[in-house]
Formats: sequence, C-alpha cells, structure tokens
Amino acid sequence: MAALRANNWRGYLFVAPATLYLALFAFFPMVFAGYMSLHRWHLLKEDHPFVGLANFTTILADPFFRNAIYNTLIYVAFSVPLGVVTSLAVAALVAQRLRGVGVFRTLYYIPAIGSKVAISMVWIWILLPEVGLINASLKWLGGEGTTNFLAEPGWAMAALVAMSLGIGLGPRMIIFLAGIQSVPQTYYEAAALDGCTAWKRFRHVTLPLLAPTTLFVVITTTIASFQLFTEVYMMTRGGPRRTTDVVLYHIYKEAWQKFEVGMASAMSYVLFAMILIVALLQFRIMRRGLGEGATA
Amino acid sequence: MRIVRPTIIYALLVLIALAMVVPLVWMVFTSLHPPHAQIPTMSNLFRPDGWHFENYREVLTYGELPIWRFAVNSFVVTAGVVLFQLVLCSLAAFGFSRLQFRGRDALFFVFLLTMMIPAQVLIVPLFTLVQKLGWLDTYWGLIIPYPYLSTAFGTFLLRQFFITLPRSLDDAARLDGCGDLRLFWHVILPSAKPALATVAAFAFIWTWTDFYWPLLATSSTTMRTLEVGLSVFKDSYGGMRWPLQMAAAIIVLVPVLVFFLAMQRFFVRGVILSGLKG
Repeated sequence: MAALRANNWRGYLFVAPATLYLALFAFFPMVFAGYMSLHRWHLLKEDHPFVGLANFTTILADPFFRNAIYNTLIYVAFSVPLGVVTSLAVAALVAQRLRGVGVFRTLYYIPAIGSKVAISMVWIWILLPEVGLINASLKWLGGEGTTNFLAEPGWAMAALVAMSLGIGLGPRMIIFLAGIQSVPQTYYEAAALDGCTAWKRFRHVTLPLLAPTTLFVVITTTIASFQLFTEVYMMTRGGPRRTTDVVLYHIYKEAWQKFEVGMASAMSYVLFAMILIVALLQFRIMRRGLGEGATA
Repeated sequence: MRIVRPTIIYALLVLIALAMVVPLVWMVFTSLHPPHAQIPTMSNLFRPDGWHFENYREVLTYGELPIWRFAVNSFVVTAGVVLFQLVLCSLAAFGFSRLQFRGRDALFFVFLLTMMIPAQVLIVPLFTLVQKLGWLDTYWGLIIPYPYLSTAFGTFLLRQFFITLPRSLDDAARLDGCGDLRLFWHVILPSAKPALATVAAFAFIWTWTDFYWPLLATSSTTMRTLEVGLSVFKDSYGGMRWPLQMAAAIIVLVPVLVFFLAMQRFFVRGVILSGLKG
C-alpha cells in the first residue's frame, strides 16, 4: 500500500508540467471565452457589464454573421467531399508498386508544409486576368482569358475550394495510403480467384476496409475546413461582396478591428458548436454506413 | 492491386505533379525578372530582360522589412516551442505509459479532449492572458502559449511509442538501481529517438508556418516572424513588384522545404504511430 502511494506521487510529478500547462493555456482560456461571451466586452474599455445571452441573440440575428456561417457551410460542403475523394484516388495511385512512386508522394506533400502566405501569393497570380496561369492557358486554347476570378462572387469561393484540395492533399493521402497498405494481400488474391475485376476489388475489398480511415479523414478535414483563415486574409479579405467572409475571418474582424471580444467569443462558441454538431453527425452517419458495409 | 496500366498511372501522377511544380517554377523565374518589371507572361517568363539575381540581395537588405530579423525570430520561436514541447510531452508520456497512479486513465482522456478544442475559441482569451502577463510582442508571448494544441497530440504520440518498448528494459534498469528519472533519461528517451523526432518535426512545421497567432501577438516590425513578415511585405508592395515578392516568398519557402525533405520519414511515421490507420 505504501509502495502504491509512493508510486502515485511519482506519476503525478511526471504528468504535472503538461497538466498544469494545459490547465492554464487550454482549459482556462476555454472557460474564460465562455465568461467573456456573456459580457459586453470591448478590448480597450475598462468595464464589461454582464449581458447574459444578449451577445448570442445579437449575432444569431445579425445578417452579416449569418452570411459568414452560410459561406463557411458552402466551403465545407464542397471542400470536404472533393478533398476526401481526390486524396483517396491519389492514394490509390501512389499505393501502386511502381518505380519512383516515392518521389511523387513527396511532391504531393509539399503544399501542406509550405508557407500558406507564399502559396496564397502564387494563387493570386494563378487567378489573375490575362497573365494568370488559368487565363493565359484559356487564351492559348482560344478563349477570352479575361475573367478576374478573385473579383467574381462565385469564382472566388471556387478558387478557395480548389486551393484546399492541393494544400490538404498530402496528409490525407498519407493516411489513406497507410490504410490501403494495411489491407492483407490475401484478400485481393481471394477476390481475384472469385473473378473480381480490379475496380470491383477496390470497391468491395479496399473501400469497406478503409471505412474507419475514411471516417477519420472526413472528420479531420471538416474541422480544418471550418478553420479557413489565412487564404481569405491574404487573397480576398472576405470579398467580393462578402461571399468569402467565412466565420473565422469574421471573428478576426470583430475581435481585432472592432475590438468587440465579447461578441467575438460568442461567435467562437457558435463555431465550436457547429464543428461539434457536424463532426458528430458525420460520425453517426458513417458508422451506420460502416455497419452495413460489414454485413453486406 | 492494380486497377489500370502503369503508363496511365504514370501519366496521372505526372499530371498532378505538374500542378505542384509549375507554380514553383513560375516563382523561381519570376523572381529573376527586373524588379520593376510587369508580371511575366507565358512568352517572356523564361526570357526576362536580364537575370536579376540581385533581387534576392535587395529583399534580404530591404531596410523597412528586415527579413533576417524575421528569420531569427522564426528560428528562436520554433526552437523554443519544439524544446518546450519535447520536455512537456515526453515527461507526461512517460508518466502515462510507465508509471501507475490513481486517475491516470481519466487524466489521459482529459488530455485527448483538449485536442477537440478548436484554436479559434482559445485565441481571444489567450490574447488577453498574454496581454495581462505583459508578454505581447515578446518571445515569451510567441513561444509559451503556442503548443496548447499539440501538447496533447505529442503526449499521445509518445505514449503510443513508449508502450511498445518492452517492460524488460525497465526491469533491467530497476535492478541496476535506476530511479524514475534515470530510467526516463538513460533508457526510455534514447530508445524513443524516432518518436521524439516525429513530435519535433510536426511541432516545427506547425510553428514555422503558423500565421494567426504571430499576427496577433506581435505588433512591432522587429518581432514579426517570416510568415507574418512575408504578408506585410506583400502588402507594402500593394500587389506590385512581383519579382521582389516572389524572391521573398522563395526565401521563406526554402528552409521549410529543406527541413521537410530531411525529416520526411518522420512525418509518415507520425501518421502510422498515432494508429490512424484504424
């Protein structure tokens, strides 16, 4: 018994630094954000009166904040499914035992580690009218080549989605690749003996076994998509006509341009709730799908 | 498992690779155009009015935006975060994997929960906290509050690795009279070098390329990191002088690229270690 107690404090000693750290820099701010969200809190003013849930009712009725929520949902609705499907397809390609395939895996990872600011600068060029990569190519193919993508409402959002496909490709691909490589070779041999075509093997052997991996990728991609910021800050500043004003960028303006940190905290909580709800929904829906996949 | 013929696969692989490489090529050639030249077109990209390597010198010595200073800041901050992270996470992971204490699993679960807290909920209160501590616009403010997200991730990753190390190591060390600290320092840590490198590699990339926190936590030009400095650089040219912008972007990109190529296998290992394959 004495030994056990001695063990206790030795264990606590080792986990204490990280625990204290998380308490101070994760849990305390989390609670403090909740506290701020219940007050009218201006960063440069001394008093911050308690206002109850007024901040929440204000922002939920605010057409600009609702617009930001709408834009975020649009972005998530396109970037997540497209991102997951493209990276699964690319993972299937780089999973092939071919010479030099490792070089491609490395190349595809590069956008994920590159500076987002630098990548955004390059994308500004890609999207420019006349001289940008896309418009110059269109012109070369005989088109007009004059579309100013970042100034056209629908196109600006589409450009952000396209960018997310490249930036997120590497990590998602590696996760799928690990999943594909862990499928036992004998399964494929059995399927081949049963006369399955390659596509059928992928569809009925690989895909069902990848279900847990896919769930993980879908949820992490979703969480990342809700946190879109740098690209918007660098390329569109929420424009044109507020069509790329996503929630995190909206919070940024509320907190650091208007200094309404109480309001911004309330918005953060709304965003947190949205992420949680969407992630939970995905988890439940895909789990059901997983169950069917296992029985079919 | 082969779905289509190798030639078709190669064709697809090269096509996707082009999408990654073309922008890089464009950046490099644009950065060598005359500093005040118009944005290059397809026809003159490879034939500038002379090769202006001095663009790099101009960017590196541009008085208003000291890029060397940004680089030093990025380096100090990243090194600080990586070290801090390694100490916190390895100690905790040792406790969670090698020692018995009451509430261990519950506490570990709480650690995992912090991974669910999105950064943006924490940013405003973290800013206020750092302001109260007087750390705004200092290295402390840039380093200390940083790993709030990756502490749990790092601890988790290291714990997963530590539990794969055989118990016989501990027993042998204990017989030799090793206490906890010596077991941790002389036995566990040396056997866990690849896992430590993985945690360090992720912490490095996340910190080096982060934009939001250093944007908020710094206000004076001399405290900016490379990533924030580059955005200021771009704004100061008002979307003009592309050759200089691209020279700056390349200067920012190259160190991470080199680091990534050197540490590549540790990134892949991290994905596999964290058991993400299901």
